Amino acid sequence: MTRVAVLQFPGSNSDFDSLHALRDVMGFDARYVFYREASLNDFDAVVLPGGFSYGDYLRPGAIASRSNAGEALRKFRGPILGICNGFQILTELGLLPGALTRNRHCRFECRNVRLRVEAEGVFTGGLTGRELTLPIAHADGRYHADSATLEQLEGQNRIAFRYIASETPGMPTMVNGNPNGSAQNIAGIYSEDRRVLGLMPHPERATEAALGMSDGKLLFESLASHLDGKGVSK
Amino acid sequence: MKKISVEVRLKEEVLDPQGDAVGRALAQEGFGSVSRVRVGKLIELEIEESELSSDALESTLQAMCEKLLVNPVIEDYSFKIQG
Repeated sequence: MTRVAVLQFPGSNSDFDSLHALRDVMGFDARYVFYREASLNDFDAVVLPGGFSYGDYLRPGAIASRSNAGEALRKFRGPILGICNGFQILTELGLLPGALTRNRHCRFECRNVRLRVEAEGVFTGGLTGRELTLPIAHADGRYHADSATLEQLEGQNRIAFRYIASETPGMPTMVNGNPNGSAQNIAGIYSEDRRVLGLMPHPERATEAALGMSDGKLLFESLASHLDGKGVSK
Repeated sequence: MKKISVEVRLKEEVLDPQGDAVGRALAQEGFGSVSRVRVGKLIELEIEESELSSDALESTLQAMCEKLLVNPVIEDYSFKIQG
């Protein structure tokens, strides 16, 4: 059985949404791991859920990334998915390059966005070119990196998702579907080994037709087939 | 007791929407002469003098900034040691 850890920090708020998607929708053996427990050895994959760990004190994700869990994440060798605040924690940890900064228009953006999958990896196997609709809910999602890093991400084909224009008119603050002013419309990036993915949109909130969207399930299905290929069956 | 103030600023090339919003609000309050606003952070620390020699203090403060207080991807910093 595939064992997936959902890391909980003080201030996580998408932990139950993640557990529900992984356990009830996907059928993984998904469990909460409290950040102090610090061991991820028994798990095949780790999800860092969205929220406001430590109230976003200092910088979003800054304090969480310096906890015991940060060290455990550095040592973990399996797939890691950082969603929203989880993405912020991964950049603060240095497992992914760049930083997530205040949205260009200073608004908290809570809406559905259109994305294009641009790179293959553990969570996007066979999905390149596919367009998805996923919800976002963040105030600090503007991806920033220096130009050398952006070129490297592009050159190594590590930009996993880009925001794209949608037929439904968004807010006037959105330019070409980009809700936050992210560099190069970046919504998510991979580590060099394509094992660690960080993205601002919430796939765990889009896994059931009853909720109006199920594109997020594709990421978890890709994870399942990746682990299956490694001999970990669902 | 040494008091230290650490100033953390967004790097020049990083957009500061908060600063822009403060600038617009200042203009609304009649301060239209302000052409640019950047918002940073001031972090105040107190350290027992007996804990560190003054040489060690500088390098310790630098380590604190690099390990936690500052994100070098987007921020620069400077610190002042008082008294």
